[in-house]
Amino acid sequence: MTGETLLALVVGFPLLGAVFNGFFGRFHGRRLAGYLACGAMAMAFLSALGAVKDLAGLDPQVRTIHKHLYTWIDASTFKVDMALTLDPLSAVMILVVTGVGFLIHVYSIGYMAHDDGRVRYFTYLNLFVFFMLMLVLGSSLPVMFLGWEGVGLCSYLLIGFWFDDIAKAVAGKKAFLVNRIGDMFFVLGMFLLFWTYHAVGSGSLAFADMQANAELIQAAKIGGVAVTSLAAFCLFLGATGKSAQIPLFVWLPDAMAGPTPVSALIHAATMVTAGVYMVARMNFLFEMSPGVMSLVAWVGALTALFAATIGMAATDIKKVLAYSTISQLGYMFVAVGVGSYVAGIFHLVTHAFFKGLLFLGAGSVIHGVTTQDIRQMGGVRHKMPWTFWTFLVGTWAIAGLPPFAGFFSKDEILFHAYAGPHGSVPLWFIGYLTGAMTAFYMFRLFALVFLGKTRMSKKEYGKVHESPATMTVPLAILAGLSAIGGLMGLPHAFHMPHLLGDWLAPVFPEFHVAAGAGTELGLMAASVAAAIAGSLLALYFYFKKGYVPVPDNGKASLPASVARDKFYIDEVYDGLVVMPMKAIARFLSATVDAAGVDRVASGWLPGLAGWISKGVTALQNGNTQRYAMALFAGAVALIVYVSLFGVRVPLA
Amino acid sequence: MPAPLEYLAVSCILFGIGIAGVLTRRNLLVILMSIELMLNSANLAFLTFSRLHGQLHGQVIAIFVMTVAAAEAAIGLAIVVALFRQTGSVRIDEATRLRG
Repeated sequence: MTGETLLALVVGFPLLGAVFNGFFGRFHGRRLAGYLACGAMAMAFLSALGAVKDLAGLDPQVRTIHKHLYTWIDASTFKVDMALTLDPLSAVMILVVTGVGFLIHVYSIGYMAHDDGRVRYFTYLNLFVFFMLMLVLGSSLPVMFLGWEGVGLCSYLLIGFWFDDIAKAVAGKKAFLVNRIGDMFFVLGMFLLFWTYHAVGSGSLAFADMQANAELIQAAKIGGVAVTSLAAFCLFLGATGKSAQIPLFVWLPDAMAGPTPVSALIHAATMVTAGVYMVARMNFLFEMSPGVMSLVAWVGALTALFAATIGMAATDIKKVLAYSTISQLGYMFVAVGVGSYVAGIFHLVTHAFFKGLLFLGAGSVIHGVTTQDIRQMGGVRHKMPWTFWTFLVGTWAIAGLPPFAGFFSKDEILFHAYAGPHGSVPLWFIGYLTGAMTAFYMFRLFALVFLGKTRMSKKEYGKVHESPATMTVPLAILAGLSAIGGLMGLPHAFHMPHLLGDWLAPVFPEFHVAAGAGTELGLMAASVAAAIAGSLLALYFYFKKGYVPVPDNGKASLPASVARDKFYIDEVYDGLVVMPMKAIARFLSATVDAAGVDRVASGWLPGLAGWISKGVTALQNGNTQRYAMALFAGAVALIVYVSLFGVRVPLA
Repeated sequence: MPAPLEYLAVSCILFGIGIAGVLTRRNLLVILMSIELMLNSANLAFLTFSRLHGQLHGQVIAIFVMTVAAAEAAIGLAIVVALFRQTGSVRIDEATRLRG
């Protein structure tokens, strides 16, 4: 099979799985639905491997495979092809999406084994993968946006999967609405780009065309502001929505209401990285606007630090991981913001491994313990050995301790934030501090869940059990990937090839770091020291001393309670946005609707109809001879008319 | 042979009597008979014009009209019978059940 056909199959299989389960799932039953979904994912992963193998066989300078499916929109000068493009960047993404996605599908069979909604669940999950693949493979902004909206929809459907719990349905709605704000800016950015490119004679929004014509729009301005900066700014705001950055990060912690494998797949490994991918994909645009680039880096850095602070105080196992995800996404934005796209994508991939692993591990714990509050766990290690060891690997990796994956990708980002052409010492320092905090809150989580004596009652503790093989095997595979994933991007200071960097080189502009190996090794030593310090501190407090975070209503020091209450950001947004909106809605409902529209529509209009019908019903009195009289009178009138004025029928 | 005008005059008078019967009489049977009268006035006009123009079309139509009139009488009488069974009367001013 050719690369193009394989490319179509990569997106085709998940779509087929979703359609098949969605329409026929009620006939073939819940058990088969899971196997079908996993089969579709396995086939998609194999197709992706085949397509990437074909891609690797091409010469690096022309390394793209293009598959034109059909013409989507054809409106004179505006033409959009439904087309897929595989290049080294999207190749990395589809392998992550289908590979990690497949493992999480398998895990879901075990995790969702007792749920009645399995058919619906696997339909959504397959549909999500389809849209995610459209997002990364789309050859133009509109096709990418199709995927962008599609993953948002599936995210909403899966967060509110248990919709009979009103809190979970509300969490889904919140995610959807917050994402909508970002998506609006994405659309605005797209409009701006089309408008500007169209003015210089190229109405195409395909990435290749936009990149080729980038110089033509460099000088365009609106009201003294460069269009390129404005468009990049709008697109970045879109990214903050999907990738949960300041100011639109508030939906992600609430999104933990969904089933845990969903949190692993959508809200950690794939969808939330779409913003990073988009910035990397549009690098030619962002490169033209240095101001927006530094904004990207700073928003990323502040989000990383801010989310890590909240993560240190959270007491729900999934919430800790959610804030950690926001924090790690911040690192990725720091990387793309300083122009080091390779480091950003590198961290994206390793994060997909270890955060997918941590979430699945958390799901396994929840499956066995049936609570999510880490204050009520402890000592789980002895009951769940597989989960314990794999979770340790994930914690080790995210804490940035060598030699696991997180160490390599995070250190590359920190090095480039320090020594890169757009880097600076404050930017690096925030990342460095966040690294120490990451190690602290992850080992705090680890110690509270797995180590020490259990805080459960004897009966509860007795029921804790290891998860089935469908769950532990994906954990083991992801643990393996988290352990060795860093090898694809070894530091230059080690004088080894940076495999991922070489692979991605044709896609990104060249990135030079002035500083030498000495600086790199020095920074590396410093961040390892910080990570070890953070880890040991956490183990000292929560394992050796056996501290347990206070109950939600308990007394805590001021900084701790502010962090525990998430800096009151939700409350501030509630007061500034939600409340005024609700007030407007109430006004519209009570005044405009009830007193205005309703009075006219349900008072006046029916009155008018009744008045007319009263007149008309008098005509129909049931007396046949009256009807005949009217008929006769009409006929006479016609005859009189015709004999006086002749026949004048307006025939054509 | 009298002029066509006289035949047409007879036709008109017959039609007038028919329409007056349909509009004023209350007995459904009489109304049916009046309708027959109107149909035959039309037949007379057809035949007159047929003769006047020396063509056969009018005569053919007259045959058709008679056929239709026969069918109409059959249906009409059936309706009269049905109405009588329903209401015990054939007075048309009492059959106003479809009043709006």
